[in-house]
Amino acid sequence: MDFVNTTIERSTVQLSKADFESDQMVKWCAGCGAHAILAAVERVFPKIGYRKENFCMISGIGCSSRFPYYVNTYGIHGIHGRAAAISTGVKIANPRLSVWMATGDGDSLAIGGNHFIHVIRRNVDINILLFNNQIYGLTKGQYSPTTPMGKVTKTSPQGTIEHPFNVGELVMGAQGTFYARVPDNNITMMTEAMFEAAKHDGTSIIEIMQNCIIFADKAHNDVIGKEHKDENMLLVKNGQPMIWGKNNEMGLVLKNTMLDVVEIGKNGVTLDDILIHDAYNPDPGIHLMLAKLAPPHFPMVFGVIRAAMFPTYDDMVEEQIKYAKENSPIKNVDDLLNSGDVWDIK
Amino acid sequence: MLCVSFAFHISRLGYKEPLPDLDFATAMATQTPQRRCEYADEKTNNITIFLTFALSQKHITMSNNKRPIVEKESVVVKFVGDSGDGMQLSGSIFSDSAALAGNDLATFPDFPAEIRAPQNTVAGVSGFQVHMGSEKIFTTGDLVDVLVSMNPASLKANLKWAKKGATILVDTDAFDEKSIEKAGYKKNPLDDNSLESYRMIKAPITAMTKESLKDSGIDNKTAERSKNMFALGILYFIFNRDTSLAFKYFEERFKKNPKIVEINKIVIQAGYNYAETVEALESVIHVGPAKLAKGRYRNITGNIATAWGLLAAAEKSGRPLFLGSYPITPATEILMELSKHKSLGAKVFQAEDEIAGICSAIGASYTGSLACTTTSGPGLSLKSEAIGLALITELPLVIVDVQRGGPSTGLPTKSEQSDLMQALFGRNGEGPIIIIAASTPDDCFYKAYMAAKLSMEHMTPAILLTDGYLGFGSALFRIPKVKDLPAIKPPIAVANDKEYKPYKRNAETLVREWALPGTEGLRHRIGGLEKENITGVVSMDPMNHQIMVDLRAAKVEKIADFIPEQEIDGNKKGDLLVVSWGGTFGAVHSAVKLAQAEGKSISHAHFSYISPLPKNTEKILKSFKKIVVCELNSGQFVNYLRMKFPMPNISQFNKVQGLPFMINELTDKFNQILEEK
Repeated sequence: MDFVNTTIERSTVQLSKADFESDQMVKWCAGCGAHAILAAVERVFPKIGYRKENFCMISGIGCSSRFPYYVNTYGIHGIHGRAAAISTGVKIANPRLSVWMATGDGDSLAIGGNHFIHVIRRNVDINILLFNNQIYGLTKGQYSPTTPMGKVTKTSPQGTIEHPFNVGELVMGAQGTFYARVPDNNITMMTEAMFEAAKHDGTSIIEIMQNCIIFADKAHNDVIGKEHKDENMLLVKNGQPMIWGKNNEMGLVLKNTMLDVVEIGKNGVTLDDILIHDAYNPDPGIHLMLAKLAPPHFPMVFGVIRAAMFPTYDDMVEEQIKYAKENSPIKNVDDLLNSGDVWDIK
Repeated sequence: MLCVSFAFHISRLGYKEPLPDLDFATAMATQTPQRRCEYADEKTNNITIFLTFALSQKHITMSNNKRPIVEKESVVVKFVGDSGDGMQLSGSIFSDSAALAGNDLATFPDFPAEIRAPQNTVAGVSGFQVHMGSEKIFTTGDLVDVLVSMNPASLKANLKWAKKGATILVDTDAFDEKSIEKAGYKKNPLDDNSLESYRMIKAPITAMTKESLKDSGIDNKTAERSKNMFALGILYFIFNRDTSLAFKYFEERFKKNPKIVEINKIVIQAGYNYAETVEALESVIHVGPAKLAKGRYRNITGNIATAWGLLAAAEKSGRPLFLGSYPITPATEILMELSKHKSLGAKVFQAEDEIAGICSAIGASYTGSLACTTTSGPGLSLKSEAIGLALITELPLVIVDVQRGGPSTGLPTKSEQSDLMQALFGRNGEGPIIIIAASTPDDCFYKAYMAAKLSMEHMTPAILLTDGYLGFGSALFRIPKVKDLPAIKPPIAVANDKEYKPYKRNAETLVREWALPGTEGLRHRIGGLEKENITGVVSMDPMNHQIMVDLRAAKVEKIADFIPEQEIDGNKKGDLLVVSWGGTFGAVHSAVKLAQAEGKSISHAHFSYISPLPKNTEKILKSFKKIVVCELNSGQFVNYLRMKFPMPNISQFNKVQGLPFMINELTDKFNQILEEK
């Protein structure tokens, strides 16, 4: 698996998990899904192979955002909602850094919604780990922009009356080039998505269906729980048919303009009839449909749903600077000060 | 050529060799490029020229065109007309000519908050004021000597700024019934006796402009739009200046469109020739070259000077410039200007909002950039939380606040000094940072440079306060050499320093080191949570918090050792000390000079360094019987001083009208205080 991006210097030695473990006590609740995410990051960073000094971890505020303290990289624990803006500055200023962002559903979709959509629209080359636990954990249990409608929380004693965001839909709406959805109970799936995100040039969103054991326990269980996952999880892989089920007997087809569920072997349906996943398709049409699928009539789709190639903001910044340096007569500040209409008094 | 020749000007300036290439087009670009280009491109050349000739006639000689020449030390000229009439363009061309003729000068554009307010209404009046002199010019001028007015509304709005006896040039063609009514006049002011105390030049400018272009093959409407250039031609006659100075602008700017050059030349010359034949103009004005210090000069606005100061600091420090900003009047020109200088490596990010602007800058600062964000009052409010992040992470960051009238949206295109308290205290928690204020448009260069230098060397954010008058206004700028600017040495941590800790401090300055991502052996995390001193580990320990709060304050206070002592203009002790800060320098300085010339015991201390204050501040304040603090707010600096140095004899003089101080209102106040027992 070759990296397209050659800007970031690679490590000359093989790094290991220990290279990224911080000396700080991890203070998430026992049983919190964030522990598994941290383990996945510590496992994938050595695999990515950049120099350990070239990783930079940025966060906002919330349980997820304590992340930078727990991984031994350069990092900033920022302010609420602004991680995407801080990350943008880091990446533009120094494109030789591999910039990662840890954030949550409240941090990025509520208070930081504006920065979230704009970093995606610009396609700044950063990797965003969005811990979606459908609740405000650090403030102890208020509903978030992804809390399902009707859910009883501390601030919705009669159930919420808000339509939740679907993260994938929001990402596609903001012209996102990379979107993956992973469960926090499958470390392999997480590391694979993180690796693909690192490879992707542009803003990568990894939505991690994360469990908050205290305030929204088992919120994702109906999909990712052991007893439900065969039935309700479809893991898509580029170039492969979109099938799931205990014996991979279920598949997705396009019927008219909509996705439909079929059972292979029934009604003359064969594996050849099943849609093949094309994550690199620049057109987000099918990707959007996949992101919106949900039980009970459909499975929920996991894996890298979209990985389309578009120019990145930070690359274009460098190109413009290079062009200007080659073509402008103004090479330094003295040139600038003395440019245009100046005159001497003797 | 009947006017005073260009060679005459050159000889007056003492040039030993031909003038350098007078690149008007580029000169224009150094001011407010967007606006100028718009005006130029649309050829909306309507000008209102007000010509007010001044009073004191030192000596009279005859000009080449047989008119007596009245020597003037300084003259204020204002061009006013409908918004979009091209007033800014005419004013700029005129002031550039003045600069090239050796005058000292200051200019200020005065335009409405709306881009195109309803035509011919007072709300839609746009103006450009030029104060030029053979003496040192400190302000853009209180009252106008020469007013060029292109329509009734602009006359109505500006007559109150004209001196008695001022020369007023009006386009009589614009004074039709409808326009007169729209301006709010009951009847035509040109026909009653209301203007008899002025020297009126009533010229049918529109008709004559069309007439001059009747053989040029352009349509009537386009021809009419050139009327501002006709008025400009009249002004060149009145000021005995060579029209070639104006031609040059068009020749450079419209190389590829000779038709535009030709049309404007025809009209300007027609205006000039008309003036020559009008008997009302029995004399012409000459403003000689000013005695300026030797050196190379240019004209510069405060916003451009701010942008260039930041670029200079980046080059000198070796730290790449990053600007994260969101457009806001009157600060947007800094963002636009820096966007043009990618050849110097400037990375300019136009963010989705004010918060993203500053937060992206904080990210860039972490990586080792000279990071900046530019804004005005409402934007500073939005940035408050992030300024706190920069100060607790102890990262350098320059925040430029080009102040405007507030609160809320307030008076976007007018000027005030009312963000001082917000800059000082507008954050949650104990949040001392550096505050510096610029005094004049050219001073913006040096104060932006110093804000960047102190912020980087002392690892704490700095707010640079300028204002709309400084930002839009222009002054002559004696061009420095970058090698002569003070060195900037940021405390960059070295790779693999085993002793490195994020909050380990320099014992003398209390400054922590700047460890840049990518550097081997220095991986660390910083953030908004309180950190343990030295180690940088998250800490909720009560005593550690006390230590960190005290350290952050002491670190900023120690910067007083690295800034100049406060200077006093006048005697070191006396009856009255006039205190001012920021953009009021010109008016307050001029007023104090007048009072000093009358023998009064009065001195002036103009502050640029607000936080920390210069070390000798208290000593200065205690050396005078009375103190008056003059500022364009309800008393923010005065209350800051009272808080720091409780003294009963500090009084205040304030104005919050979106307007600068007038010199006479200041002198009146000084006299009143001096007479009080």
